[in-house]
Amino acid sequence: MSSDPKTEPLDRRRFLGAAGLAGAGLAASALPLRAQEAKPDPLITEVQDWNRYLGEGVDKRPYGTPSPFEKHIVRRDVSWLTASPDSSVNFTPLHELDGIITPSGLCFERHHGGIAEIDPANHRLMIHGLVDKPLVFTMEDIRRMPRQNHVYFLECAANSGMEWRGAQLNGCQFTHGMIHNVMYTGVPLKLLLAEAGLKPSAKWLMLEGADASGMNRSLPIEKALDDVLIAFAMNGEALRPEQGYPLRAVVPGWEGNIWVKWLRRIEAGDKPWQAREETSKYTDLLADGRSRRYTFIMDAKSVVTNPSPQAPLKHKGRNVLSGLAWSGRGTIKRVDVTLDGGKNWQSARIDGPVLEKSLTRFYVDFDWAGQELLIQSRAMDSTGYVQPTKDELRKVRGVNSIYHNNGIQTWHVRPNGETENVEIA
Amino acid sequence: MSRSLKPVLLSGLAALAIIGAGPLIAQTAKTPPAEKAAPAARAQAPAATPAAPAKPAPLGLGRLALPAEIKAWDIDVRPDGVGLPPGKGTVRQGDELFQAQCASCHGEFGQGNGRWPVLAGGQGTLTADRPEKTIGSFWPDLSTVYDYIHRAMPFGNAQSLSPDDTYALTAYLLFLNDIVKDEDFELSDKNFTSVKLPNAGAFYDDDRETAEKAFWGKEPCMTNCKPEVKITGRAAVLDVTPDSKSAPKVD
Repeated sequence: MSSDPKTEPLDRRRFLGAAGLAGAGLAASALPLRAQEAKPDPLITEVQDWNRYLGEGVDKRPYGTPSPFEKHIVRRDVSWLTASPDSSVNFTPLHELDGIITPSGLCFERHHGGIAEIDPANHRLMIHGLVDKPLVFTMEDIRRMPRQNHVYFLECAANSGMEWRGAQLNGCQFTHGMIHNVMYTGVPLKLLLAEAGLKPSAKWLMLEGADASGMNRSLPIEKALDDVLIAFAMNGEALRPEQGYPLRAVVPGWEGNIWVKWLRRIEAGDKPWQAREETSKYTDLLADGRSRRYTFIMDAKSVVTNPSPQAPLKHKGRNVLSGLAWSGRGTIKRVDVTLDGGKNWQSARIDGPVLEKSLTRFYVDFDWAGQELLIQSRAMDSTGYVQPTKDELRKVRGVNSIYHNNGIQTWHVRPNGETENVEIA
Repeated sequence: MSRSLKPVLLSGLAALAIIGAGPLIAQTAKTPPAEKAAPAARAQAPAATPAAPAKPAPLGLGRLALPAEIKAWDIDVRPDGVGLPPGKGTVRQGDELFQAQCASCHGEFGQGNGRWPVLAGGQGTLTADRPEKTIGSFWPDLSTVYDYIHRAMPFGNAQSLSPDDTYALTAYLLFLNDIVKDEDFELSDKNFTSVKLPNAGAFYDDDRETAEKAFWGKEPCMTNCKPEVKITGRAAVLDVTPDSKSAPKVD
C-alpha cells in the first residue's frame, strides 16, 4: 500500500468518523456472507444466447453507434428555457461519461438559427478588411495547410446560469452540461491571417457564421494570434453538423459563444463590432446596474458528476466519487473534495491527462455507510485561482449576471442514496 | 474524401493556367459559382526552408476575394456607422413592417409573446429583482439593432429585409422604447450615429483580475473549517427539472 494520499481511498476517520468505521466492518463481512446465501447465478450456470448463436458480422454497422443498452445516454434540453428549439440549447450528460473526452454525439448544442447543413464543396472562408490581400479559401485549401491537434473544453458562458438565485435544476447534466471537451484538428488562425497579411492597424477580428443567424462576434487580435484554431475535425473525424461542420473557430479557454460555428468570414478591423451576442447577451449585469463586457475567459470550475441527482448512490460500502475540473486560464493544479459540506476537505486523485484549457478528471475512492453527505468540489488552477463559493460570487456580482457562474456546487446525498442539488451555509 | 488524383491534377493545371493570367484575376474574373472549388489560384509560395522562419512563410493557398464577393458578405454595421448602407425609413413605415413581420413573436408593442424576446420597456429595472433587458433599457449601441435585424431577422427568413425596411424597423423600435417620440421620425444612414441609447455608458471592460483578486492565491482551509453546516435551498422545492427522478434503491 502506498502512503501517497492521492492514491489512497479517503481517510475514513477523518471523513466519516464512527459511521465510516461501521461501514468498513460491514463491507468486510459482506463478501463471504453473500457467497453462502446466494443461489447460483443463471447468467453464469446457463449458456446465454450471445454465447451460443452467431452475432452480426462486420459491415452490419458501417458507422458504429453505442449499444442499445446505452440509448438513454443522450443530450437533453430544458424546454421552458427558450422560445424555440431553433434557437436553443441542450446539455451534455456529464453523469454518464468518464475520462476527459466527450463523445462527439453527446457534445451539447447551442444554435441561434438551427443547424446549417453545408456541403463542404460549397463552403467558403473569406478573410478581408484590414489586410493586404482579401482572400477566399475553400475547404480543400484549408486541408492543405499545416495543422495542429489540441484538446480543449468549450463551456457556454451561461453554464450554471440558472443557479444564480439558488439551487434550481436537479442534475449535473442541467446545472453543468453546457460544456464539452474534444480533440480538435485545425489550422492556427495566425497562419490564415499571415496569408492575407494583417495590417498593423488591425486590432479586432469579426468572426461570422454561415448559419441563419449569421452569428457574429468580435475577437481581440492578441487572442487570434495566440492559440485560436480554425478547426475542421473533432475527435479524429469531421466536425459534426451541430458543431459547425465543415469549419469552426476554436478559442481555447474562452466562452463558447465566441467559437463561431459554420465559420465563413473573418473581417479585420480597428474596433470591436458590438454585435448582439456581445452586448445584449454575453455581458454580465452586476448588482449596481452596470455591466461587464469582454468577459471572455472561463474561470476555474469543477463539479462532482457522480454521485449527482441523475446518478444517485446505490451501494453502501465501496464507491467511486468522480468529477471534472477545468480552467480557461491554464491547467488544473488541484481539486479538493468534501463529503461533509465543507467542514473537512481532502485533495482528490487526478487521473488521465492534465492539459491546458481542457477538462481534467478527478476521483475520490470512498466507503459509504449510508449517512447523509454534502458533497462539494473546489478547483485550483495554474494561476493560483481558487474556485469560489456561490455566495462569494454573489457578494461581488449580485444574482442578475446570468453568465460566468463558476461557484462551488453542492450535492446532498440522503441515506437512501437519493441525491439533490442544494445550497448550504 | 475520395477524390482521385486525376481531377486534382487537372484542376491543378487549370490553376496554373489561371496563374498565367496573373494580376488580372481580381479585376476580370466573375464571381465563381459555388460548385467550382478552384484551389490555389494565387502565385505559388517558394519551397519551405529547413529553418523555421520567425514569421510564417506564405502558403500560397486561397485566392483573392473579388469586390462583388466582399460586398455580398460584408453586411456588418459598427457603432461608428461603418458598414451602414444608404437608406432611410420612418417610425410609421416601421410600425407597418413590424406588425406584419415581427409582432407574431415580439408582440405588437415589442412586449414579447411567450418566451420570445421583449424588445421594449424595462427602463429602470436593471437593479431590480427581475431586470428587463431590452433595447431601450440595456443595449448600448443602436448599430447592434440594425446589424442584428438585417443579418438574422425575421427569424427563419434572414437577410430578406432591405436597408430601407431595416432603417424603418430600427426607427419603430426607438419609438417603442420612447427614445424618439415622433411617429414621423425618419432614421437614415445620415442621422444614424446621432441617436444614442440610454444605457450606453453602463458597460465597462472585464475587471475580474482586479475586482475579484481575492479569488487568487488563497490557501484554502482543509480541516475543521466550520462548526456547522445547514441546507438553505433545494432544487426539488422548485421541481423544474425535466423528468424528476424517483428514489433509488440502495443495497
